[in-house]
Amino acid sequence: MKADPKELLSESMELQMGPSHPATHGTIKFDLKLEGEKILDCDVVVGYLHRGFAKMCEQATWTQVIPYTDRLNYVSPLINNVGYALAVEKLLGVETPPRCQFIRVIMSELSRITDHLTCCGMAASELGAITVGFYLIEAREFLMRIIETVTGARLTISYTRIGGVKHDLPQDFGEQVAKAFEKTRKLLADCDRLLARNRIFIDRVSGTGVISQEMALAYGLTGPVLRSTGVNYDVRKAQPYLVYDEFDFEVPLGAKGDNYDRFICRMLEIEQSMRIIEQALRKMPLGPVLLDNPRIVLPEKEKVYNSIEGLMHQFKIIMEGIQVPPGEVYLAVEGGNGELGFYIVSDGGGRPYRVRVRPPCFIAMSAFHEMIKGHMVADIIPTFGMINMIGGECDR
Amino acid sequence: MTAMMIDIGIMAAKALLVLSMVLNLAGLLGWVERKGSALIQDRIGANRASILGFAGLGLVNTLIADPIKFLTKEDFIPPRGDRLLHTLAPCVALFPALVTFAVIPFGDVLMLGDREINLQVANLNVGILYIFSMASLSVYGIVIGAWASNNKFSLLGGVRGSAQMISYEIAMGLSVMGVLMVYGTLELQAIARAQGDLLWGWLPAWGIFLQPVAFLLFFTAAVAETKRIPFDLPEGESEIVAGYHVEYSGAKFLMFFTGEFAEIVTAAALVTTLFFGGWQLPYLLRDGFHFPWGTTLWLPHLLVVLLQVGAFTLKVVFFCWLQILVRWSLPRFRYDQVMRLGWKMLLPLAFVNVMVTAVWIVASQNSP
Repeated sequence: MKADPKELLSESMELQMGPSHPATHGTIKFDLKLEGEKILDCDVVVGYLHRGFAKMCEQATWTQVIPYTDRLNYVSPLINNVGYALAVEKLLGVETPPRCQFIRVIMSELSRITDHLTCCGMAASELGAITVGFYLIEAREFLMRIIETVTGARLTISYTRIGGVKHDLPQDFGEQVAKAFEKTRKLLADCDRLLARNRIFIDRVSGTGVISQEMALAYGLTGPVLRSTGVNYDVRKAQPYLVYDEFDFEVPLGAKGDNYDRFICRMLEIEQSMRIIEQALRKMPLGPVLLDNPRIVLPEKEKVYNSIEGLMHQFKIIMEGIQVPPGEVYLAVEGGNGELGFYIVSDGGGRPYRVRVRPPCFIAMSAFHEMIKGHMVADIIPTFGMINMIGGECDR
Repeated sequence: MTAMMIDIGIMAAKALLVLSMVLNLAGLLGWVERKGSALIQDRIGANRASILGFAGLGLVNTLIADPIKFLTKEDFIPPRGDRLLHTLAPCVALFPALVTFAVIPFGDVLMLGDREINLQVANLNVGILYIFSMASLSVYGIVIGAWASNNKFSLLGGVRGSAQMISYEIAMGLSVMGVLMVYGTLELQAIARAQGDLLWGWLPAWGIFLQPVAFLLFFTAAVAETKRIPFDLPEGESEIVAGYHVEYSGAKFLMFFTGEFAEIVTAAALVTTLFFGGWQLPYLLRDGFHFPWGTTLWLPHLLVVLLQVGAFTLKVVFFCWLQILVRWSLPRFRYDQVMRLGWKMLLPLAFVNVMVTAVWIVASQNSP
């Protein structure tokens, strides 16, 4: 190309942001085309954390898949556990005891809060408000401790079983939750004063990463990203699963579809989730937390060692797996970042024929270039932060 | 001959004292920043490094372990970077931050025998101009470092840094104009002395009372000049990794780092000198306290000088802490927002301030 001597030669700069970049946590890469600081084009490259989740599931029995689901969205693993267990139970045609359903709701909502706190906290600290980030992570810590006392783990939880949950809640669970919520609410109020009403923060996030309602629906976005545009779609309300229809809660909606609305949606959802948990703790019935069906649920160790039936059931489930009738099923739960769907196919054996996950953030990342085009490099940070892409879930 | 030697000796001692004061304060600020941020964020902060089990509240970490670590790191120069410029940049960044302090008075005069020692390294009659000329040199450190690194993230940081620093220098210079007009001098020692006067017989004539708007503008611009949150766009660790010093390691990084802290100290000292009376302690004159209600407290000369230097140090430390507090509570601006703030808010406000001050001075001179 021969340059016109009268004109200054200028070309756009190509910049590869990631996969190893402080902002691209979860391992992702943006191929940016820049004009100064303005983004002309953005190509999102995913797949750095691909582990072959679907293929691994085909090698495992139905029960052995549960630990794999822990590692999908690792900031809210309980929701993944619950979603998978519900999908398999739907295919089996069984329903878990009421107490188990309440426990699953409580644990899902606790996870949702930790998910939102992580997302908002990290987004804040990446915008420079590191202190607020620490406050939110501290609030998350209170809830993580509760999750730890219930399940015995912080991250690799594997709390659900097909047909129930591992074991009942501890005796003083209600008090622990009340205490943790009190402290969490105090920290959230701090965060509201320090961040949500901070002029610099509002200027940074409002008007950035905007996506229109039509575009959001066309891309199939769900969760806070969709609700920030004003579309009232929450799986818990649209197709209530477990006992969600028994609770009184609201779905916070945005209007402009920008990062500020997403942030506010998430912060309000934390409060709603706390409301759900408080209602559930009041309404929770007594009873078993596991199905009384020896073909699905492992027998107690007492029976395994002392009766021939118990030993046989144990052997069958461990060696052959739960026998799930042939068929296919899709079941969605509301994950922290949107609709988390499990599409499961069984050919009638003890192992899944196919487990396919619909990850909310993978789909959100497909619309990322729409949100960021024409904005500045610095706008990638809040936009990517409020999507809350989790590598484990996006790349599977 | 001997008198000249003594003069040179005194000058050297003053220069050494100020340099070590700035460097030590900068080093200590690293510790304050770590422990202070930990305090703000409900953390413990640095406490791992210890000597025979003595961690000294993290002091061992910051003052001993960190420098050793920095100095023993590999000195990395990017393969396609410019070796000379890459080495030059940290020096260019550190130098202005250290020499700026030369014109800042840290006390009144010290009488030793019949010798009068001005507690200021260099009493330039264009003190303020010297400071601005030195401050504007520090932009070269950033730009050269960014260019020599041959890294696109560095380049973005360098461009951001140069634009930001040049913009805020203008606002900073204009905001000081008001102060200069009020005190009628460019000499910092004279400005500090003038702030010992009393308004209406009781209020010290500090810059903050005469030029409150200028203080806000100057402090904002000074924070922007130090390139820290909320103005840390040239570094912007989440978007452009570490900006202009992303390719720096070891001692060179330490120089950038020390330069940043030295700039904090300098900014604090400037704010103190221009707006908070410098070394002045309210009602403290050369022979002791003269309170407005008539009480007088005579003090020996040496004690007075010590009190003045102490007051100056305390004020500087306070403003350093204030800057650290700001850095740990605010989020970061975006590039265009910083430009808008600088050019469309601070600059016009500084202009208005200068105009109002001018009108006020003329009016007060003409009135009987």
